[in-house]
Amino acid sequence: MLEQLLDIPYVQPLVLTAAIVLVFPLVAGYIVLAERKVLADLQVRLGPMRVGPYGVLQPLADALKLMLKEDIIPSRADKWIFWLAPVLSTFTALSAFAVLPLSDRLYVADVNIGILFILAMSSIGALGLILGGWSANSKYSLMGSLRAAAQMVSYEVPLGFATVTAIMCAGTLSMQGVIRSQLERGVWGAFDNFGLMLIPTALFIIAGTAETNRAPFDLPEAESELVAGFHTEYSGFRWALFFLAEYAAIVVISSLCVTLFFGGWLRPFPNVAALEIPVNFGFPAALFALMAFGCLKGVPKQPIAGFKILMALIAGAFLLVAGAFVVPAVNELVIGLFWFCFKLAAMVYLFIWYRGTFPRFRYDQLMDVGWKWLIPISMAGLILNGVVQLLARG
Amino acid sequence: MAATTLAPPPAEDATLLDSNEMVLNMGPQHPSTHGVLRVILKLDGETVLGTDCVIGYLHRGVEKIAENRTYQQFAPYVDRMDYVAAVSNGLGYCMAIEQLLGVEIPSRAQCVRVILAELNRIASHLLWLGTHALDIGAITPVFLCFREREQVLNIFEKYCGARLTTHAFRIGGLQYETYDTFERDCLALCDLMEEKVQEYHSLLTGNRIWVRRTKGVGVLSAEDCKDYGVTGPLLRAAGEAWDLRKVRPYCGYEKYDFEVPTAESGDTFDRYIVRMKEMEQSCRIIRQAVETLPAGPIKGKVGKVIKPPPGEAYVSIEAPKGELGYYVVSDGSLKPYRLRVRPPSFVNLGALDKMCRGSLVADVVAIIGTIDIVLGEVDR
Repeated sequence: MLEQLLDIPYVQPLVLTAAIVLVFPLVAGYIVLAERKVLADLQVRLGPMRVGPYGVLQPLADALKLMLKEDIIPSRADKWIFWLAPVLSTFTALSAFAVLPLSDRLYVADVNIGILFILAMSSIGALGLILGGWSANSKYSLMGSLRAAAQMVSYEVPLGFATVTAIMCAGTLSMQGVIRSQLERGVWGAFDNFGLMLIPTALFIIAGTAETNRAPFDLPEAESELVAGFHTEYSGFRWALFFLAEYAAIVVISSLCVTLFFGGWLRPFPNVAALEIPVNFGFPAALFALMAFGCLKGVPKQPIAGFKILMALIAGAFLLVAGAFVVPAVNELVIGLFWFCFKLAAMVYLFIWYRGTFPRFRYDQLMDVGWKWLIPISMAGLILNGVVQLLARG
Repeated sequence: MAATTLAPPPAEDATLLDSNEMVLNMGPQHPSTHGVLRVILKLDGETVLGTDCVIGYLHRGVEKIAENRTYQQFAPYVDRMDYVAAVSNGLGYCMAIEQLLGVEIPSRAQCVRVILAELNRIASHLLWLGTHALDIGAITPVFLCFREREQVLNIFEKYCGARLTTHAFRIGGLQYETYDTFERDCLALCDLMEEKVQEYHSLLTGNRIWVRRTKGVGVLSAEDCKDYGVTGPLLRAAGEAWDLRKVRPYCGYEKYDFEVPTAESGDTFDRYIVRMKEMEQSCRIIRQAVETLPAGPIKGKVGKVIKPPPGEAYVSIEAPKGELGYYVVSDGSLKPYRLRVRPPSFVNLGALDKMCRGSLVADVVAIIGTIDIVLGEVDR
């Protein structure tokens, strides 16, 4: 029944699209919660603890608050562009989800130029930032958007070179194709070409951080200098859209990185059959069981009955998931998604870790790093990998 | 006020190419102007052509209030000037009145004063370090600094009940005897700080971004410092070993063995290093003071009614931010005839324009942070 339904053309893509558009805002909310919790952990504090047990309902409260806020358009702003900018940013960021290979069977579209599509969408997304800052008719916003423009232009070049190196290594522009080629070669993209692919991997992560305006490259919204940079004049739901776009961009760039360099939905050592049971069955089951155990331990600490029940339910859900991973039929369906999300989470954690650790670059230093270091190194990496690949593969 | 330092607006016939200068108003509501400082920036792109400070948003007329309060009544007010270094403020004020009265302060009281003042220097520098790092974009050190500052404030709380505006000293000595575990707490804090300063170094000093953001930024030479009357860590970072605790010892500072940290280039990085070393030196002083803490009375021979003979006194001390001076004129009545404060923050802030010209917007924020101003003291 279900399979028949999915075989009808356009049903699976449409269902997935709807799911992404509806569910991603919630996912973004929980990435924010994760960010706040991880930062809190780095900064010897607890983070959100009031809304729900350990703050698990905080994203919902935040979303509700943002939707109920008054919608302000500054009187001197260019009204239509001001309206358009966050829509443009969010639209492009969510569009890029279309080609993300969530697992071997879970994706909206497997286009033969998937990687190009993502890069194009993230470039247009930058336009939203620029327009948003420019249309607000505020000096802080203007400076933020000018910085955004310069930064995007500078860092898309090394990002592009790193991507090109990975494409060269894989021999295809299709996201699924890149992962399949890594499966065939039996090694993740990052370690291919005798480890030389580590150069573009590192560059991709650095340039990707800059591309998504995350610390230490968060100059367009540098809080301590430009108040809030390009979105200084935005409030309420429009601001939330920019926020959503930022987190969507992080997920997209991280997904691209995971796909190109870390094997996408492949498990670690995909060609070592002996690891199938411990890695594909044992690891996820143990992970979720551990999470369930952690939640159960938190139950008695909750002050009210409602929180206790919620914690117990969450623990139960985790336990259910852990159990599901042991069933071979279910495991086969979801294991790709699990590995993709697991690697994605590791990347997002890296982004948050940066933010808790590094001071911010200055505008001229950012340009220095981009043009004098990243671009030459990425070009050298491309040539080096090309030569090695030619010699090794013939 | 803006017209005095910033160039006049472009002429009527200026073309689009001439008008690439922008005046940006920073503050008084801005995340990193450390309170209610307003800086008007004239920018060419991101390059700062000139700045103009507008102050007075926190002006409470403290000096005028002094003329309407008795000497004891006014003492708590000084805590509200540099509220992150309230102990130093109180120390300077008490010493000025004591000089007018000509009383001798018992050695135990002096020793406790030194301990508390040095603890306060650590607390003040910790707050500076946290906020300065936050301005430059490192969001974690501020929480670590506040964690340690909490320990200092705990000692204040145990000693006098207050944490921020302590009013720890009285004219003539101390109000309270130290509490039972005072010495132990102070030594424990020194141990903690010596360990934690290394932790801050590991977070920032070796970080290439931090070094690039601070080296060569906001340079102020020793000559410039003297011209502007700039004192404290800013002067010492420029290479001048000028510390009132050494050159004009008070409160028995001559008894303690400590160094005056200096640096050479007078940039933001040097000021950071100097303040970090000062925290270590403060620990050194506290250790010696605790070990040599004499027994005896805690208050000199001062009457219940304080009525200094007519005359004037100027006393200055080395506050965490620089030279903090009190000039008091007495007409022989219960209230000061005139009281004037020389606040280090206000004088040091005068050099902002000199330090900012030619730098970038991001540097302005770093420079405001490195001057270490407290607007309560700037505006009084």
